[in-house]
Amino acid sequence: MPDTAAPVWDFHGGLHVPDHKAESNSTPVRTAAVPKRLTLPLQQHIGHIAECAVQVGDKVLKGQLIARASDYVSANIHAPTSGTVVDVAELPIAHPSGLTAPCVVIESDGDDTWTELPEPLDYRETDPADLRERLRWAGIVGLGGAVFPTSVKTNTTGRKVDTLIVNAAECEPYITCDDRLMREQPGDAIDGALILKHIVGARQVLVGIEENKPEAIEALRDHIEQNDLKDFEIRVVPAKYPSGGEKQLIHLLTGIEVPSQGLPLQVGIVCQNVATCAAVSDAVQRGRPLISRIVTLTGQGVEQPGNFRALIGTQVSDLIAQAGGYRNDVSRLLMGGPMMGFGLHSDEVPITKGSNCFIATTEVEMPSPAASQPCIRCGDCVKVCPAQLLPQQLYWYARARDFDKAQDYHLFDCIECGCCAHVCPANIPLVHYYRFAKTEVWAAERERQQSDLARRRHEFREARLARLEAERKARLRKKKEALDKKPAKSADGKGADPKKAAIEAAMKRVAAKKKAAAAGTEAEPAQEKTKEDA
Amino acid sequence: MQFATPSSPHLHNDNAVQKVMGQVLLALLPGIGAMWWLFGWGVIINIGIATVTAVVCEWLFLRARGRDPRPAISDLSAVLTAWLLALALPPLLPWWQTVVGTAFAIIVAKQLFGGIGYNPFNPAMAGYVLLLVSFPATMTRWLPPEILAEHTLTLGDSLRAVFTSLPPAGLTWDAITSATPLDAMRNQLDQNRMISEIRLSPLWGDFGGRGWEWIGNAFLLGGVFLLWRRVITWRIPVSMLGSLLLVAGIFWMIDPETHPFPAFHLFSGAAIIGAFFIATDPVSASTTPRGQLIYGASIGLLVFVIRTWGGYPDAVAFAVLLMNMAAPMIDHYTQPTVFGAQGARDD
Repeated sequence: MPDTAAPVWDFHGGLHVPDHKAESNSTPVRTAAVPKRLTLPLQQHIGHIAECAVQVGDKVLKGQLIARASDYVSANIHAPTSGTVVDVAELPIAHPSGLTAPCVVIESDGDDTWTELPEPLDYRETDPADLRERLRWAGIVGLGGAVFPTSVKTNTTGRKVDTLIVNAAECEPYITCDDRLMREQPGDAIDGALILKHIVGARQVLVGIEENKPEAIEALRDHIEQNDLKDFEIRVVPAKYPSGGEKQLIHLLTGIEVPSQGLPLQVGIVCQNVATCAAVSDAVQRGRPLISRIVTLTGQGVEQPGNFRALIGTQVSDLIAQAGGYRNDVSRLLMGGPMMGFGLHSDEVPITKGSNCFIATTEVEMPSPAASQPCIRCGDCVKVCPAQLLPQQLYWYARARDFDKAQDYHLFDCIECGCCAHVCPANIPLVHYYRFAKTEVWAAERERQQSDLARRRHEFREARLARLEAERKARLRKKKEALDKKPAKSADGKGADPKKAAIEAAMKRVAAKKKAAAAGTEAEPAQEKTKEDA
Repeated sequence: MQFATPSSPHLHNDNAVQKVMGQVLLALLPGIGAMWWLFGWGVIINIGIATVTAVVCEWLFLRARGRDPRPAISDLSAVLTAWLLALALPPLLPWWQTVVGTAFAIIVAKQLFGGIGYNPFNPAMAGYVLLLVSFPATMTRWLPPEILAEHTLTLGDSLRAVFTSLPPAGLTWDAITSATPLDAMRNQLDQNRMISEIRLSPLWGDFGGRGWEWIGNAFLLGGVFLLWRRVITWRIPVSMLGSLLLVAGIFWMIDPETHPFPAFHLFSGAAIIGAFFIATDPVSASTTPRGQLIYGASIGLLVFVIRTWGGYPDAVAFAVLLMNMAAPMIDHYTQPTVFGAQGARDD
């Protein structure tokens, strides 16, 4: 890779779609009111569900741990404000299927009193492992939407990392939370990146940002100049969706292709979202856990679109109310962007760590999908697929439930960006088919593992029974052999065992006494019997 | 509030199958105009008969399959099949033969395989080949281009010929029909005549058959429109015409007296319309980028082979159908390299 001034590569396919950023990025981030009730799902991250650490009735302070990471890949959850735990129950969460999940409900006391926080750390003086421990304590996860625990992602497992890439592309239309964050807190974003650079031991930091955010680019560049940072570069990439896809951005900035189904770490790269960087800075330099985030609220269906700094656990409906409420023609509510986000059944769900954007939209803005027609294999999807797949073939096999063939066509390289379905003239919900195929493959895989386990258990049991049987037979055989030998031994008169000899002697005495007493003939067989029992 | 939750993405462009088909129909108009100018009303009558037949057959068959025929009819694919077939037919073909060919295309080649998107063969070409092997006499009864014709047929003459199978009053079929340029070239070459000799006839224009080359130009115009609108990609037309030119060029260089000038192959028959409108039918063509190059180049090669050594003077239909059969196999072996597949896999 040439080290000359800011080369930018390209990736295959992608889309130029109207970005609709202006609706929400022109006003500063508003701080959302502390709500009366906060609902905190125990699963806001990828990995194991956190373990509840409070009980109903407990008083909690702002920043206090309320749920503990239950495994290596898991994340702590902290109370976003002070108050009382009023419920620990299954409640509706933001999920495409409208599922419920275990949540802690806190009723705010209105004081917003902080708990005692850990000391700020000077990252330059701190061991990377201790910094990772801090991130783990703070419950930081990827805030770009993937919500993978940051402490795990920054564990380089001894691999050498050359480049830390800060993902500030924010390529999905409508979303502007990272844009506003960079404009208003460029220092936090950059400090966080420096901390992460220190943790992973990277040589350089590259910030990938789409050209449609000139103010943010300016803010970051100013900060870098003022602090005279070396090996810290802002690289402006063309606005093309999905430039913010991890592997796409890495390719754009470095020309390196992350191996199919591999991790960036394999090519010496760690990628972190810019909002995650700011959260890292908060945790390390202020000792604050992740209890709030910036959320974009936009779309034609809401009165005053904009960005809010909201506490995790705030109901979406609360936020909508603070944005002036819905307009009359609102038709749908999305979480995430319009390309990869999902529709919510209801706004009575809490904001989580991964909630970057909510779009209240109208039928005019995002019409209901038209009825799908058969695929004519026009190949438009091939032209736009950033993973260089054949979406039409994948669709064909997914639809035919031929999942082996779908995997031959690299089903699991699909990043579900939605470009294919966006351009499909037959209006086929292609991504839906791929998700279906993936879940079917996973289910089959689980089933196979379970049946493998059952088969291994069965085989082990059979083997164990056979072994026990063999051992029993061997024991019997030994015993029999011993029996066959023993009379011969005692006939020697030597007696292998002094105890036995003593018993025998005692028996003889008893027998002699009996003989003497009764002068009977039964003494001999009795003696034989005793011998046998021994 | 409660909301509906369709699957992502929630933004769609405004493309539609109907729009794709509509643009292809639009792109055919210059060619149709040229054919109408050169061969008269028969061209339009054929299109009319084929269109009505196709729509009626599609409608009836979808009803028989228990489907709602409206979305399928409105996607315009049946109309497109009808037009492509009609443009391949001699202008005064008896009406019922056009009906038979179109019905076969829609019912057998398309609907019996599951309708749009599922037909392994190009329906229009399947219908054309059925007619060609079933009715060779009428299917080779072409008219000369208007500029060469001694008799101009009116709309009435044409209608009468199509619907009664009788030549216009006072004329015989021989008087008004003529061999196509490809046919003429083939016959005369078979009689061991030299090309320099053959080309003395007024039948020939600058590249191909006189008049016919204008049809080629008009379809080329439509093809460029399709490329510009990104309805088709360059791969199939360029590879097909390229390989036809290349192979024809090689043989022409070997012996220009027995092998016609390469451009003759492009502008005398169905090569241009075949390359831009028929071989590019996405349903029956290869779908991978590399596969499309192989598919197109193979069609070009087959066209030359069949025209030069095969039993039919034009060969686009056979070449396309043969490669339709090979398309699934080509697709299987030409999967593109997925993103990240080149990267070293060290785990």
